[in-house]
Amino acid sequence: MNKTTASRLALTLVLSFGAGAALADENADLVVNEEIEMTVRAPAPAYLDGHLPEILSGWLFRSDETQDLQRDDFDNPGMIFVDQALDQWAMVDGSEGKSCASCHDDPADSMAGVRAVYPKWNADAGEVRTLAMQINDCRETQMGAKKWGYTSGDMTAMEALISVQSRGMPVNVAIDGPVAATWEQGKEMYYTRYGQLELSCANCHEDNYGNHIRADHLSQGQINGFPVYRLKNTKLNAAHDRFKGCVRDTRAETFDPGSPEFVALELYVASRGNGLSVEAPSVRN
Amino acid sequence: MRITAITLGITALAAGAALADPVEPMSVKYDDYGAIETSLSGMPGDAVEGKKVMSSRGLGNCVACHEVSALADVPFQGEIGPSLDGAGDRWNEAELRGIVADAKKTYDGTMMPSFYKTSGYIRPGNAFTGKAGTEPLPPLLTAQQIEDVVAFLLTLKD
Ligand code: HEC
Ligand code: HEC
Repeated sequence: MNKTTASRLALTLVLSFGAGAALADENADLVVNEEIEMTVRAPAPAYLDGHLPEILSGWLFRSDETQDLQRDDFDNPGMIFVDQALDQWAMVDGSEGKSCASCHDDPADSMAGVRAVYPKWNADAGEVRTLAMQINDCRETQMGAKKWGYTSGDMTAMEALISVQSRGMPVNVAIDGPVAATWEQGKEMYYTRYGQLELSCANCHEDNYGNHIRADHLSQGQINGFPVYRLKNTKLNAAHDRFKGCVRDTRAETFDPGSPEFVALELYVASRGNGLSVEAPSVRN
Repeated sequence: MRITAITLGITALAAGAALADPVEPMSVKYDDYGAIETSLSGMPGDAVEGKKVMSSRGLGNCVACHEVSALADVPFQGEIGPSLDGAGDRWNEAELRGIVADAKKTYDGTMMPSFYKTSGYIRPGNAFTGKAGTEPLPPLLTAQQIEDVVAFLLTLKD
């Protein structure tokens, strides 16, 4: 028996006797408020070139208790921030005397379907825009108000409010046409082995989802549930903060939230989840 | 200037006394299969220390990725790499030293980090701060810690 066969064999043994630690129910289904049926597993998009057999929501990898918190809005701590953002929605701010509501009325109508297609191309600006960038553009250009910090509490709450209007709809970001080059940049980043540990996103979230890395149960690193409420820090967390943490954990120099690099990575990672439901605000430990 | 020179002299002396001339990460000689014939520290390894290095989050944290039955008291062992049970039967000392120092020389493209390597990284960081680091980085483990880990791995027999 050569070395490779020996380690393959050993690997199979590890996998089949898998960790006994708090296993999530990976076969569960998610219906929110007994009403919104979430697609938590979907066929992998063709452009993943067979790297994933199917795409899976991060919700599937959490413990039963954490999963339950997302089944009902009364139990979901993230919904408090959605309520706060609803107040903010109607609040006048900036030199133009306008609120979000001045232009967009009821978010339930005007914002339905918006989250599902972001990040997307903005032709006037000639750039790929994330939802946070669009919110800040409205604040500056339309309201004459100050920009919010990219991952600030105001921003994540507003993103959650806008996302809630698309819950249950499939993520459907475009990857071709004017965004194609940005998407390629994000893809390249996804497979780059950063830092002293030389680990790529794919090492953990493509090759090892479902496996434990120490106490952590690895998911596919999807962002259809973002912003997510984390029990660990009791607030809503932006996708770029999560990216930053994951890159830092490879002992690398990380990128900044809102940087062109993370915008590109967000576009690519979002596209890996095309077909999963918009779930935000999801709950994580 | 004179003070610096004296301080340096003392450090070198102290190091020389404690460790018999460790091989620098850049000068390690790997054979064609990724093995390293001689001790990196010039000293034998200590299996008890090796056990600590393998279990501690701040050191090797090998259990993040590997299961080791002999370390049953260490909680939350990972499932990324193969179980290390019996590693001392499957590999000899030189092979194990090579795997721990730079597993990519034994397994092309493996996910296992290189524990005795200091440069050639993409966006090298300053430990876990997220800030830039300057190459050569300190290796993840010292020469002696590698020897200690190898000594412990050699005790893992089926
Ligand atoms: C060393 C392993 C590792 C690497 C490399 C890594 N991650 Fe993660 N990531 C984790 C762990 C552990 C978690 C928490 C458990 C989970 O949700 O997978 C996580 C969580 C996430 C989440 C949250 C998923 C959810 O549903 O809450 C996203 C998004 C994510 N990672 C994206 C990335 C991206 C993008 C990269 C590359 C830039 C990356 N990760 C690199 C380990 C890693
Ligand atoms: C991030 C994950 C990771 C970490 C951390 C890690 N390893 Fe590994 N290790 C692997 C993988 C994956 C393999 C299998 C090699 C392959 O096929 O790519 C492996 C293989 C091995 C092997 C050969 C396996 C056998 O039994 O035949 C040994 C020995 C080993 N590792 C020891 C260690 C030691 C000692 C440490 C800590 C100092 C460590 N590993 C840290 C992922 C890791």
